[in-house]
Amino acid sequence: MRFFIPQDTSALACGAEAVAQALLDANIEPVRNGSRGMFWLEPLLEVETAQGRIGFGPVSDKDVATILKALESDASSHDLYLGAVDEIEYLASQQRLTYTRAGLGDPLCLENYQALDGFNGLKRALTMSPQQIVDEIKNSGLRGRGGAAFPAGIKWQTVLDAGATDSQKYIVCNADEGDSGTFADRLLMESDPYQLIEGMVIAGLAVGATQGYIYLRSEYPVAHRLLNTAIEKAMEANFLGDNIGQSGKSFYLEVRLGAGAYICGEETSLLESLEGKRGMVRAKPPLPAIEGLFGQPTVVNNVLTLAAVSTILAQGAKTYQDFGMGRSRGTLAIQLAGNIKRGGLIELAFGVTLREVVENYGQGTYSGRPIRAIQVGGPLGAFLPESQWDTPLDYEAFAAIKAMIGHGGIVVFDDSADMAAQARFSMEFCVEESCGKCTPCRIGSVRGVEVIDRIVANEDRDNNMILLHDLCDTMEQGSLCAMGGMTPFPVRSALTHFAQDFTGAGKGDN
Amino acid sequence: MGSSQTEQQTIAALVDQYRDLPGGLLPLLHAVQAEIGHVPDSAVMTIAKGLNLSRAEVHGVISFYHDFKTQPVGRNRVQICRAEACQSMGSRHLESYAKQRLGIDYHQTTDDGNISLEPVYCLGNCACSPSVRVNDDVFARVDQDRFDQLIADLGGE
Ligand SMILES: Cc1cc2nc3c(=O)[nH]c(=O)nc-3n(C[C@H](O)[C@H](O)[C@H](O)COP(=O)(O)O)c2cc1C
Ligand code: SF4
Repeated sequence: MRFFIPQDTSALACGAEAVAQALLDANIEPVRNGSRGMFWLEPLLEVETAQGRIGFGPVSDKDVATILKALESDASSHDLYLGAVDEIEYLASQQRLTYTRAGLGDPLCLENYQALDGFNGLKRALTMSPQQIVDEIKNSGLRGRGGAAFPAGIKWQTVLDAGATDSQKYIVCNADEGDSGTFADRLLMESDPYQLIEGMVIAGLAVGATQGYIYLRSEYPVAHRLLNTAIEKAMEANFLGDNIGQSGKSFYLEVRLGAGAYICGEETSLLESLEGKRGMVRAKPPLPAIEGLFGQPTVVNNVLTLAAVSTILAQGAKTYQDFGMGRSRGTLAIQLAGNIKRGGLIELAFGVTLREVVENYGQGTYSGRPIRAIQVGGPLGAFLPESQWDTPLDYEAFAAIKAMIGHGGIVVFDDSADMAAQARFSMEFCVEESCGKCTPCRIGSVRGVEVIDRIVANEDRDNNMILLHDLCDTMEQGSLCAMGGMTPFPVRSALTHFAQDFTGAGKGDN
Repeated sequence: MGSSQTEQQTIAALVDQYRDLPGGLLPLLHAVQAEIGHVPDSAVMTIAKGLNLSRAEVHGVISFYHDFKTQPVGRNRVQICRAEACQSMGSRHLESYAKQRLGIDYHQTTDDGNISLEPVYCLGNCACSPSVRVNDDVFARVDQDRFDQLIADLGGE
């Protein structure tokens, strides 16, 4: 019997280390796998038995003895018994293309990765010309998963065509994942880091880049450790470095840590930061694809965009393209978070409605109270009232209601939420995280906090309401990037859909 | 002023190590902070000289990022997530409790030098909120009792 207990951040945060220790104390050396993404079940203890892989969860160190005992006779008699993990509805009903390996084994085991189809995409890419690889990505319909949903193939074409044939080009992976309610990049890096590495090497082959950087937020120490080890091992096995797999092609990869600035997730700010500067957003043009890192042609893609590349190359553009709706092709890594009973990662084809996700997968709030608002797409995303929950998760459908899918984070609030306080926080967050380049963003957000305070305090209400809308207009129109340009989205949605919270009656208690 | 000779040697050695790394200033600042606990004023001059930058440029970078501290901090760093997912699970209560329990505000250190309290915007543990990070460990579903226990585990006083 083999035992699995994850080394994923959320599993550890829920007590996985103590469970691992309890197993060691019982003379069992568990595999430290990644997480399956069913965080409500973490720590999820899995056991490989003659009847397949069964699970128990959420377990604490105190449950280990009784689980071991139950395994000797009838495992299903244990209170925490979950049956075959692959058959848990939450997981079984997903359409996993990117997270197929997540949680299955030791994320650093190269043999395991290859046994589960790892590096098949790279092997195929090595037989193709750069233009063929770029065409494959174009045909897949893959759009950037970092938020802006820009077609990846078009960006790659620009970088492929940019500069002289021998000019230094870069692949930069945006692993800054700053949106609250998101953890998909982290889960991928902690559960299947080689997939990201593979995608980056393929990107390098496609555009002619030999150096890659993963810009990782400093809030992710576990991912940092795992990525560094994965890179070392991939170097040793010649999946990275000089003359990869005797192909004559080279690619080097390095992880760089951010330093706690949300704005550094914006690609030009990120590039400034990588160059060792303040993370001030750059005006575009020039596009990073033409003048990016150190002034050279640069691909900047999100973790999930690059991970999807390895799947697309392995399984073909057509397979990927067959998932999704409209112009949103492939699968979306939905992250269900906040006040939710069953939070976790849900990978599904685009097109599922918000309500289906929150009700069927999430099973309502953690507190057991009614859901009041849902924020999709991070701190710059609108707060959606119940009337909008039937919107399908599709980039265009969300844009049509002045909302955004962004990186796919869904934060659920119950009926104790004070939406005026949330609107105030949106402005406050902008004050805290603005890079400071544009006045509407830097100063407008400070004024926004003050004005919301006055409205809630019932001071000169009507005029302050007008002022707040004016401020929002100015921020939307006069900001260089979406930080200042979209902070008004959550604010306005709160004003529109939860107006009663701004009357100063003192709603909610969180 | 006030900086020991060994501190200066540490900084000089790190500058040597990172000076040729492209875009090496952030990795260097992280390394200095990992060794010394903060980036002392005395480091700014050495770094500026080593990397061929002005002191204002180095200072500008340090002040831009929340992570870099210019003053000594506590032996342990406790960060409370202030972002939306944690708010939806009551982190605002936790924040005020933590401040009251430790007798300090954000960006302050307890009198015994044991704990510095900081806000953080998301730890990527948003399905198991509220989250707290203590040094390099993240903790899920932290209520007041759990917070007390985490603090007790850090000893001090
Ligand atoms: C304020 C702001 C924050 C952003 N944060 C992130 C982030 O954390 N991760 C990310 O991948 N993209 C982020 N983006 C989007 C990037 O600017 C960029 O579009 C993305 O890295 C491109 O990669 P993709 O095409 O693969 O999505 C952010 C954008 C803005 C305006
Ligand atoms: S909108 Fe804000 S964050 Fe974006 S460039 Fe302007 S000041 Fe910087």
